[in-house]
Amino acid sequence: MTTPVLRVQDLTVDFTSYTGGLLQRKERVLRAVNGISFDLNASETLGIVGESGSGKSTLARAILGLIKPNRGRVMWQGEDLTLLDEEELRQKRKEIQIVFQDPVASLNPRMTAGDIISEPLWTFYPNMAPLQVEERARGMMKMVGLLPNQINRYPHQFSGGQCQRIGIARSLVLNPKLVICDEPVSALDVSIQAQIINLLKDLQKKLGLALIFIAHDLSLVKHISDRILVMYMGSSMELSERDALYRRPLHPYTNALIKSVPIPDPKLAARVRQDNWLTGDIPSPYDPPKGCIFNTRCLYKVSRCETDVPALRRMEHGDWVACHRAEELDLTICQDP
Amino acid sequence: MNSSIDLQVEDPFAAAMIEVDVRGRSLWVDAWHRLLKNRAAVISGIIMATMLLLVLVGPALSPWEGDFTDWDNTSAPPSLETGHWFGTDSVGRDILVRTLEGGRISLLVGLVATLVSLVIGVSYGAIAGYYGGFTDRIMMRMVDIVYALPFMFFVILLMVVFGRHIVLIFVAIGAVNWLDMARIVRGQTLSLKNTEFVEAARACGVDHHAIIRRHIIPNLLGVVMVYVTLTIPQVILVESFLSFLGLGVQEPMSSWGALVNDGAQDMESAPWTLVFPAAFLTVTLYCFNYIGDGMRDALDPKDRL
Repeated sequence: MTTPVLRVQDLTVDFTSYTGGLLQRKERVLRAVNGISFDLNASETLGIVGESGSGKSTLARAILGLIKPNRGRVMWQGEDLTLLDEEELRQKRKEIQIVFQDPVASLNPRMTAGDIISEPLWTFYPNMAPLQVEERARGMMKMVGLLPNQINRYPHQFSGGQCQRIGIARSLVLNPKLVICDEPVSALDVSIQAQIINLLKDLQKKLGLALIFIAHDLSLVKHISDRILVMYMGSSMELSERDALYRRPLHPYTNALIKSVPIPDPKLAARVRQDNWLTGDIPSPYDPPKGCIFNTRCLYKVSRCETDVPALRRMEHGDWVACHRAEELDLTICQDP
Repeated sequence: MNSSIDLQVEDPFAAAMIEVDVRGRSLWVDAWHRLLKNRAAVISGIIMATMLLLVLVGPALSPWEGDFTDWDNTSAPPSLETGHWFGTDSVGRDILVRTLEGGRISLLVGLVATLVSLVIGVSYGAIAGYYGGFTDRIMMRMVDIVYALPFMFFVILLMVVFGRHIVLIFVAIGAVNWLDMARIVRGQTLSLKNTEFVEAARACGVDHHAIIRRHIIPNLLGVVMVYVTLTIPQVILVESFLSFLGLGVQEPMSSWGALVNDGAQDMESAPWTLVFPAAFLTVTLYCFNYIGDGMRDALDPKDRL
């Protein structure tokens, strides 16, 4: 067993908002990320899935230190990032990078592609010769499948997929060891999605990166992840090996997510879909349900689910789940007809 | 992994294209082209350039001096024979030369006071908006306090304490105008600092100064430029107003506002003393407004086709 490069322990992020006037100020606390723990090995890919608002992006930003977590630890190669001061954290940014969701919004419209890719180099290697920086930027563009002669173009002159390639080039230019991809393809066309995912896979193989791949779509995560963490309202529901998760999900929520993936063949769809729709909306995060957080939408709810909070526990084959009934439920997915 | 690149290289045209760098077209260049298509703005720009040239070199070309009294022609109407094309005022001074010289002061006040408010307002607003929280609250409350001072009271107080001087006009107008700029810039900064590209820059370890310099300020310059072109006429107008009240520039110096004030007194007997300076002032104000409108349309990113 290798030691993990990243070890997240009990990470919790609260957002406080104030309502009411000056005199009757009320404080409302929203727990965006609730005690998430996981390990990540070198050159491994962890997929994180969950509906919108389940705290995936907040988790990513908390790992990067862009948001201060309220509790918990982020151990990066044995060092706790949450205890570092601003300057020490800045130095670590060479090693952990992020690719954003909206490819166009994540690029400064007033800078050329070359400048965007070079900016991390200016920051960390201010003495690097300008020609060398440009050479490196061209090399990065080539690596992510952009024509290096477009180095002087501006973001609005690229397509969404090309912009995402620029974003990926920027995140890789410092040779990071971990790249967090925050829904990198959700703003792109399906055909471009596959290109970007394949690009990420290739780059990971070539550079030996560890990846955290965030998506709200299980079918995407399937292609790239080794293990998958399922989140719901800031809590982890399940953390399983990829194949095991798709074959036999341990948590009813995972099951519902898998079943909600659209199936192109209507005949097959009619057979696979039974009653396991994910009904209802996510409850208000200001007022989360008592007991198991998923109990308001769970089809397998028993009375215990409304009172006791299920802990994330390890099953015999090594996967983790937070459900009281994980042993008794058999949620095996009927894969092929 | 280079499959996509290799594919394109096999195409002979693409292979040839790779040799040459493609030239980028920045948003500024795009905006400039859009501005050139706006006829009102272009015409206004040409008029303003002509006006600037006239104001700068005109008085030197004229046979008259601004403070020269032509005793033979007091309150003379415009005429080519006397050489007073715009006529003279009640003490025989040439209105054309005085209007051009007054234009120097008016435009100078407009440009300098706006520049002062630009520099102070942008840095102040960007810092308050970017750092946010406590810093922001303190800085913006200070703006509110200065804002609450009645402008005329402030000007009169300055005049009483320091005496009438042209620099005081710059100070008074600049001191009030940067407040608006600071508020606008702060608002823009607040929305910019939450964009993903600023977050990306933070994730890349870029320090705060570089973020403000490279990411915040270039992206709010569009709004600021529009505001500047609309502030210049406003400042000119304020100066005219002060001069009209007798708080502005002093004889023998003049400005459009002072000239309009003088002209208004002789309006019935010698209307040309009012009409010409007023026309120059109005044309300038219109031109700046058209240029400002044109820039707003050109720089508005939502207008991008």
